[in-house]
Order: sequence, then structure tokens, then C-alpha cells
Amino acid sequence: MAALATLTNKLRTGAALIAGAAAAEASRRLGRGGGTALPGLVAATIAPDITAQLVRRAGAGAVVVTGTNGKTTTSHLLAECARAAGVAVIANRSGSNLERGIVSAFLADRSNGARGRLGVLEVDEAALPPLLPALAPRAIVFLNLFRDQLDRYGEVDSVAEGWERMLIADASGATLVLNADDPSIAPLAEAGRGEVVTFGIEDDRIARGGPDHASDARFCRCGAPFRYDAIFVAHAGRWRCDACRRARPTPLVAAHEIEQFEDGSRFVLDLAGERSAVELPLQGLYPIYNALGAAAAAHALGLPAAVVARALAGAGPAFGRQERFQLRGRDLRLWLAKNPAGMNAVLRALTAAGTPAEDAAEPGLQVLAALNDGIQDGRDVSWIYDADFELLAGHAASVCVTGDRADDLALRLRLAGVRVDLVQPHRASALDEALHRLPPGERLEVITTYTAMLQLREIIAAGSGIAPYWERERQR
Amino acid sequence: MSTASGRPALRVVWLYPELMNVYADRGNVIALEARCAALGVGCEVTRVGIGDPLPEEADLVLIGGGQDREQRRAAPDLARHAGTLRDWVAEDAAMLAVCGGFQLFGRWYRTAEGEELPGVGVFDVTTVAPPRDEERCIGDVLARSTLEGVGEVVGFENHGGRSYLGPGVEPFAHVEFGYGNNGADGAEGARVREAIGTYLHGSLLPRNPALTDHLIRAALRHRYGEEPELPEAPDPFAARAHRTAAAVARRRSRRSGA
Repeated sequence: MAALATLTNKLRTGAALIAGAAAAEASRRLGRGGGTALPGLVAATIAPDITAQLVRRAGAGAVVVTGTNGKTTTSHLLAECARAAGVAVIANRSGSNLERGIVSAFLADRSNGARGRLGVLEVDEAALPPLLPALAPRAIVFLNLFRDQLDRYGEVDSVAEGWERMLIADASGATLVLNADDPSIAPLAEAGRGEVVTFGIEDDRIARGGPDHASDARFCRCGAPFRYDAIFVAHAGRWRCDACRRARPTPLVAAHEIEQFEDGSRFVLDLAGERSAVELPLQGLYPIYNALGAAAAAHALGLPAAVVARALAGAGPAFGRQERFQLRGRDLRLWLAKNPAGMNAVLRALTAAGTPAEDAAEPGLQVLAALNDGIQDGRDVSWIYDADFELLAGHAASVCVTGDRADDLALRLRLAGVRVDLVQPHRASALDEALHRLPPGERLEVITTYTAMLQLREIIAAGSGIAPYWERERQR
Repeated sequence: MSTASGRPALRVVWLYPELMNVYADRGNVIALEARCAALGVGCEVTRVGIGDPLPEEADLVLIGGGQDREQRRAAPDLARHAGTLRDWVAEDAAMLAVCGGFQLFGRWYRTAEGEELPGVGVFDVTTVAPPRDEERCIGDVLARSTLEGVGEVVGFENHGGRSYLGPGVEPFAHVEFGYGNNGADGAEGARVREAIGTYLHGSLLPRNPALTDHLIRAALRHRYGEEPELPEAPDPFAARAHRTAAAVARRRSRRSGA
């Protein structure tokens, strides 16, 4: 009987793999985005344990990246580090971060890793707890926790509670790679059993006065309010609780001597005592956290520090995250922003370097902003009132607004004191018009929610002759 | 502070802006300030946090929503102000209490664990949190206000608690679709004198300019003791955002067959 059961299982797995591959092919032929989800959905339906089997077969285990913001960029950077160290990588891409996306990535994999292949997997923060046993990762990177799509995830506290219960139950002993600066993340060390690698920023020159309006970490689990000696991004900084003495741990992996400039930043990466200069071609402070998370995970995997520093500098942007394009001879850059913390990070990155337009010698920002309300964007667009669009006032020379909820965004910008030059819900027309208005030599900064980013990127890709992302990513 | 017209400013009290703000309730304050500025009405917002005293007087009081944890923290502090808040309502000060704030402005709120949090009793409303596995009331809401001149109200709700009105209050609105107070009786929010409670969060006032003007009118009456004249025309951006949101809500309700 046991032999029969084993045979049945093998047949089922085989059938799942064949059906998944067929779904991937069909999806590609229909031009439905290269099958980042459907093949996995099909395979997982036929063989529910397919995820665990695929991870085991890959041979080099998996690393999971989770958190509200920065998952895609961090996993992209980590994958580049691993590849630079000669490790074959299987990565789910383009925000396809539920189980079906992960299974699809394994099904689509054609890499040939002699020493096995490493899964570098970004996983949706709410989807992770039930998936963790199947993934049995070597390390889990926890980036941050912010309010995001409350209509979908429910309350922020429930995501944190889910993670804690997951770590208490987890027997795999995965290394926890934790953002020391986020007080919602660092205390997860208490719940886990594995080793802990912390990362954070060590440079008070870039500290800000206080947390953003929509701060999601005001109170310690003991009930007392957090105090900050320095804040770097949103509610991330050097925090402490005077009541229970919890405090930000000194990070093992840290960024020192940060310099920000237009189009990128420079810092000294301290990787558990080994220091190297890193030039990151991504603007703003928050990508530094992504780079640190990737570097800390690379350290947990035992990748050499010199390789990591080089790979970070050479990696470039991830899909739709500060990606740059040329369209009809004009420069443009895509900025994904899908929740208050993400939007604030983008607005700060865009406005940090320059001075307000009135007294600047150079003209201000040229902006096209897009707001959609699809399921992946969050059906509730109220969140734009938690984002500090006021930051943009005085910095923008021209603002065009598009997307299914262009009217809501236009009103929000107007209430923030930002002049809106054009409201055009239709994406392609808005992009045409914004490019038409763009003065020579200027770059159009396209700030967009997730589904609007996919739509705009497709229009840009078609017009600029670059391959759709699934084609481009397959060629790597 | 006085305005260009020489009249003293409206005194707005914003309760627990840092604690009770989980669903973008700051949007209501932003819209209120902008509309007052456009009308030439002075508007002075006093932020009142945990442990802070209430100012002597208020023409308009605002409170937003919070997660269970924040609500549990705000409830005992708010209890200190219960008498003053009820006096202000009796004197026809305007109020807008949203989501968790609406629940706390009721008589009591019973958590999923059976713990009873006292409310300030502005509204004759009681709220019961359903068991943890029960669905939250999440989605677009289109409702018709019981307030004269306010008409169609559009917004988004996201709440676990089910609220029930007592005989001392009227609903703020009747839902055309959406859950409303409890998903059963069609009532949305509550109102008594010039105080309004509602589950429609975040960008309620930005998207509902008629309601913004209603609150400003009530606050002006309280301040100056006379019926103010406001220009009828709302901001065109606000009017468009209202129409889009209402169209989206209608489309989604048809799709879900509600």
C-alpha cells in the first residue's frame, strides 16, 4: 500500500508539473503576461504539496523577503549578489508574491545550477505564515511594516501578530534577517529560534525631526510610547522604550557616511566588520534599507563581502522601481508607490536634493502621477490622505494626473497646495500629453500605483522598443 | 486669531490626531481647513492628545478611527472629557466622529473578548465586536443622508464592530449599498443635534463637499449665533471626486450583485 501511495504521489506531482508547464505556454501564446501566476495555480491545485517539493528539488534552499515595502527591490538585489557569487537563482518576479507566483517561478526555471539553485523569493506579508512550512527557508528578511491596503489586509497589528505566531511555531530554525531600525520588526528576534542578523543605518547626519504623520509604530508591545534619538525613514530610526528597556539593537550590517545625490547614493557598507564603499544607482534613503537587507541576507548565506558590495553597485533598478526609459527622445522614470509610507519615501527622494522651484535656478519636477483602485492597488483610495503630498508643493513645475481615480488624486494634490495642470484618467493620453509638455532636457517622473504602473510600463515598452518584462527577464 | 473679514476664527478641536488616524482621517481636517480658507472663514485647529486638556470652547470637534489597541488606549482618556463633550453637543457645537471615534462616542463598545469599553455617550449607540472569525464590514458605501441639503454621501467603510441605534438618535444616512452600522437595518452612522457619527472614513469630507459645508455652517452658527451665508458652488475638484467615487461604488455594487 505504501508503495502505491508513493506512486500516486509521484504521478500527481508529474501531472502537476506537466499541467503547470502547459499553462505557462498557453499564457505566453495568449500574451497574458508570461504566466507569472497561472501555471503555479494550476500545479498547486493538482498537487497541494508542490511548493515544498519544488523547493527541495532546487537543492540550495530558499531565502524569503517580506515586509510592506521594498520586497521586489531587495530580492532583486539579493539575487544579483547570489549570481555574482556564482550561485544559480530562482526568483519570483514582478510582484507575483503569493504561492502561485512562487510555484510558477520554479516551473519556469531553466537555470542549470551545478551546486543547486537558490530560491530568492519575495512573499506577501499576509501570505507568508501559511506558506512558511513548505518553503522551509534558510533565512527570512523582514524589511518593515506599514499600513497598506487596509481593505485587504485588515489592521496592521494583525499582520504583526501573524508573523509572531508563525515564528513561534517555526521549527526550521531559519536565520532571521531583521531591520534593527523598525520597532515593529526588530523585536521579532524574541519570537524566533534561529540566528539573528540585524541591519540598519548608522549616520545621524541624515536624521529627521520626527516620524511621518501616518506612523504605524508609536507604541511598544509593553504599552509605553517609543522614543526616538534619530529618525531616518517613516518610523525607522534609533528607537527605544523607556518603560521595558527594549531598544534598537546595534546592527551587524550597517550603512555609514551616507551621501545622497540626484539619481543615487553612496555609503560605506559595514558587513559584520568588513567595510566597503557602495554606490547605489537608486535615489533616496529607502533603497539603502533594501540594499542593507539584501547584504545582510547575503551575509547570512555566507556570500563574500567584496562580491556583495560590487553586486549592489551593478544591480540597477527592479521592475518599475526607479526604472528609467527613453520614449520619443524624452527621459522618464517610473516610481512605484502604493501606500502612505511608500509614497512619502518617493516624495522625499524626489524633493530631498532640490530646493523649492521658486528660488531654484533649475526648473522644478515634471510629474505624472497615477492612481488606480484595482484589487492590487487597494480598492480604498483614502490612503492618499495619509501620504504627505504637501512635500511636493513648491517642488513641482508641472503635475499631470491620471488613472481610474485621477479625480481623487487631483483633489488630494490641490488640497496639498500643489497646482494640477492636467487631469486625464486615460493612461496613454495622459502620458502623451505629459511628454508633450515636457521641456527639452527635463525628465518626466512617473509616480504610480501598482496596476497603473503595469499599464504605463506596457505603453512605454511598446513605444520605446524594449521587450515586455517577461521576455526581458527570461533572456537573463 | 481673526480673519480677513475681521471675525474671530472657528475653534476646531481634533481629538487624538496621532492615535485615532488609521484610515486617513486627517483628510477630513485637510478638507475642512481648505474649504474655510476658500470661504474666507478663519479656522484654528487645536490638537488634543492623551493627557491634554480640552480647550474652553469648541465650535467643531473631530475624531477619527483607530485599531483596537489604539481605541483601548483612547477610551479611558476620552472618558475624562465625557461631560464637556455632552455639554458641547447640548449647546449645538458641531461634531464629526468617524469609525472608531463614532464607536467611542456611543454608550459602550464591547470587544471580541467581551471587554466593555465605556463611551462618552454623545450618541445613543451601542457597538458589539463580532467573534474574531466573523467578516469585517469592508467596502464602498453609497448612502442618502438624513440631513437636509447633504443628499448623496459616498465613502468607504472598514469596521469589525456592529453598531445599533437607540431611540435617542437618528441615522446619519440610509445605505443604498454597503453595510452601514451593522449590515442589517440599513442605517449608517448616527446624528443628534449637530453631532454626526459615521463609519465612512478618511476622505469623507474631501469627497462630500455638501457635508463639509453643512459642518462649517453649523460651526459658524455656534460661533456667531446667526445663520451664515455660504456660496453654493463647491470646489469643482471636490465635485468631480464625488461623482467618480459614486460611479465606482455603483459599478462595484452591480458587479457584486448587492
